[in-house]
Amino acid sequence: MVVPSLKLQDLIEEIRGARTQAQEREVIQKECAHIRASFRDGDPMLRHRQLAKLLYVHMLGYPAHFGQMECLKLIASSRFTDKRVGYLGAMLLLDERHDAHLLITNSIKNDLSQGIQPVQGLALCTLSTMGSAEMCRDLATEVEKLLLQPSPYVRKKAILTAVHMIRKVPELSNVFLPPCAKLLHERHHGILLGTITLITELCERSPEALRHFRKVVPQLAQILRTLVTTGCSTEHSISGVSDPFLQVQILRLLRILGRNHEESSETMNDLLAQTNTDTSRNAGNAVLFETVLTIMDIRSAAGLRVLAVNILGRFLHNSDRNIRYVALTSLLRLVQSDHSAVQRHRPTVVECLQETDASLSRRALELSLALVNGSNVRAMMQELQAFLESCPPDLRADCASGILLAAERFAPTKRWHIDTILHVLTTAGTHVRDDAVANLTRLIGGAQELHAYSVRRLYNALAEDISQQPLVQVAAWCIGEYGDLLLQGNFEEIEPLQVEEEEVLALLEKVLQSHMSLPATRGYALTALMKLSTRLRGDNNRIRQVVSIYGSCLDVELQQRAVEYDTLFRKYDHMRAAILEKMPLVEQGDPQVDEEVQESKAAAQLSEAAPAPTESQASQLLDLLDLLDGASGNAQHPPLLDPSPGGALVHLLDLPCAPPPPAPIPDLKVFEREGVQLNLSFIRPSENPALLLIIVTATNSSESDVTHFICQAAVPKSLQLQLQAPSGNTVPARGGLPITQLFRILNPNKAPLRLKLRLTYNHFGQSVQEIFEVNNLPVESWQ
Amino acid sequence: MQFDDDEKQKLIEEVHAVVTVRDAKHTNFVEFRNFKIIYRRYAGLYFCICVDVNDNNLAYLEAIHNFVLNEYFHNVCELDLVFNFYKVYTVVDEMFLAGEIRETSQTKVLKQLLMLQSLE
Repeated sequence: MVVPSLKLQDLIEEIRGARTQAQEREVIQKECAHIRASFRDGDPMLRHRQLAKLLYVHMLGYPAHFGQMECLKLIASSRFTDKRVGYLGAMLLLDERHDAHLLITNSIKNDLSQGIQPVQGLALCTLSTMGSAEMCRDLATEVEKLLLQPSPYVRKKAILTAVHMIRKVPELSNVFLPPCAKLLHERHHGILLGTITLITELCERSPEALRHFRKVVPQLAQILRTLVTTGCSTEHSISGVSDPFLQVQILRLLRILGRNHEESSETMNDLLAQTNTDTSRNAGNAVLFETVLTIMDIRSAAGLRVLAVNILGRFLHNSDRNIRYVALTSLLRLVQSDHSAVQRHRPTVVECLQETDASLSRRALELSLALVNGSNVRAMMQELQAFLESCPPDLRADCASGILLAAERFAPTKRWHIDTILHVLTTAGTHVRDDAVANLTRLIGGAQELHAYSVRRLYNALAEDISQQPLVQVAAWCIGEYGDLLLQGNFEEIEPLQVEEEEVLALLEKVLQSHMSLPATRGYALTALMKLSTRLRGDNNRIRQVVSIYGSCLDVELQQRAVEYDTLFRKYDHMRAAILEKMPLVEQGDPQVDEEVQESKAAAQLSEAAPAPTESQASQLLDLLDLLDGASGNAQHPPLLDPSPGGALVHLLDLPCAPPPPAPIPDLKVFEREGVQLNLSFIRPSENPALLLIIVTATNSSESDVTHFICQAAVPKSLQLQLQAPSGNTVPARGGLPITQLFRILNPNKAPLRLKLRLTYNHFGQSVQEIFEVNNLPVESWQ
Repeated sequence: MQFDDDEKQKLIEEVHAVVTVRDAKHTNFVEFRNFKIIYRRYAGLYFCICVDVNDNNLAYLEAIHNFVLNEYFHNVCELDLVFNFYKVYTVVDEMFLAGEIRETSQTKVLKQLLMLQSLE
């Protein structure tokens, strides 16, 4: 029983009439069964209809591979309708991974050589869509023959098929290179277009082809000129521009030919300058854009490049979003090489930041960041910061890091820099890079005159919002370091705000307890609290309480810190002040790390007299404080009031603890007895005006050695004294190696310095003890 | 580039997802895998072309428009495209070949198509 098969239209209607997926599947399955049956033994005349139905079904996504052999049969048939559907099926169903495709090679060959033009066209089409490498090799000669046929219809297709063949089998370039020159002389636009594409493909693949075709640059220029000047054929013009596609292709080829080649570039120069295309329609803009791209890529004259940038600038004002996008992308490429030209369009670029389309605003952001330089940095930063507040979250990280980088490179003043970073941290704190915190602390530490200002602003920012972790970390560090400045309350540029000690402590506690704080932030806050215990004048009960609470915290690191700080309060209270002093200036990079390592090693070598727990705790503290500040140099040494002999300690004192001061204070001789002399030399390091270093030198010019030399000192209560271990306690006779010892005196209130010394030693077999106050201390040592 | 049947389906779905969420405030260019998609919307239909990253966006935008304005489709609507899909393929083959623009003149294309039709 032969069921009359559905016509294609009917099938489509039926499928579209199905209301559910299941129904549709049913219809299709039924029809596929029919199709299969008819392929096997149905009427050959109706075969094309079956295949057409199958192709429709395939387009919907259903499997149709059983139709592949049918394609072959249809292609081999002599009727045009059959061939047409067959070739279409071949293009849709066959590809080079199935071996079946090779079977159509023969059919294609026949059709190419003997078929009528439309058939040839079909064959070429199929070849260029799914032709595999083997097929291309086999059929290359046929296609070449067709290149030179009189009929333009076939030639056009043949040329583009040649392009495809070259892509698949690059060796075929040799075959297709010679005809190109002849083809260029054609007038027919379609042929020209194809030829230019072919030449482009050839040149991209092989350098010899490139050299070969450089000769045709003048010819190409001529073609372009004719296109532009004569108002030629209307059939190729689109909205008033004559054949924009051909123009674009020629320009592209010129770009490839002119790249890195002076001579060709020169011939093109004046051609490219004639940009008289109408910019009100997209077609004109397309040509203009291609011109700009070409100018950018070849070795063009400087004036031409400026012209290109101006064109792009004009594009930026265009209301069409596409054109602005294209302009921004190209400007980004140009900004490295023609920076000043692009700068002129900076205001427009900044306006584009406000676009709603994310890709546009991202490009505008990149371009704006690239345009920041020393002179416009303030204005640009304002714009960028305004943008940061309103931009979508995925752009925030880029914007924040861009702003910080630009600020680092171009900051006009330190204060402005600090302000900028502060602003970024408050608006987009969670998106900044990790090293922003370290950078900021280093920056603030270095800007001594701005300590009070920074700490005040950070305190205000922190009081408002404790959720942004980097901000909290920096603020906690600053408050810890410069808490005393915060409480002074008399910085003239911001409104004087009286901050109470209790408020500061409460704020830090809040940070500690907040669940938004990361463990690292808590560490910062805890250490800040400890530092405040020396800076603030009130009693430390509150701090001690907090510290002891955290001694049982679950976080191991916090717990360790808390326990150590607690011990510091209980057992080593006298050392607390010295340990928690202000940090010296941090160097950029790590030149101090080696010194520190030696110092801490030396400190660890300190021997018997010192109780063991002190030094392990002290070196742990050193590690702790190192951890806290990254590569900072914290040149605190655990003070030892019992000096111990240690030859290894000599190099401790060789290392400078602080850079030499600008104006040296004269040395002072304070003691002399029987050839034993004691000299004091004073150093006031410049970055820490409250600090005074005294180096005590004991020399012996007598005939007998001085042994068991011990020097102790006392200062008034308002000053803090720290004695470091002496270099030894023996001064050999007759000018032997002197003993040196370093005193560190902290004098933040600039109280008058008074020093009382106690010496004990053995000399000439007798033990000597001397106690005296040093008079005539130079005024510069404490003012 | 060769794709399996199911890969083809997936591709179609991906492109659809990317293009349909964009409204008039966006540009007509989207980045897709390591190519660009240039699309244009005509009422309910999206015409998309996938090109290399360094091709001229604006020119291909024109090409889409050129394609659509073809007079072979007299007042074409979506249903016409569905019922005559093989004819659409023919038009595509006339204007684009091997991944490049082939013929840009509307009159010429029209002439070819009419001739082909007469052979049926």
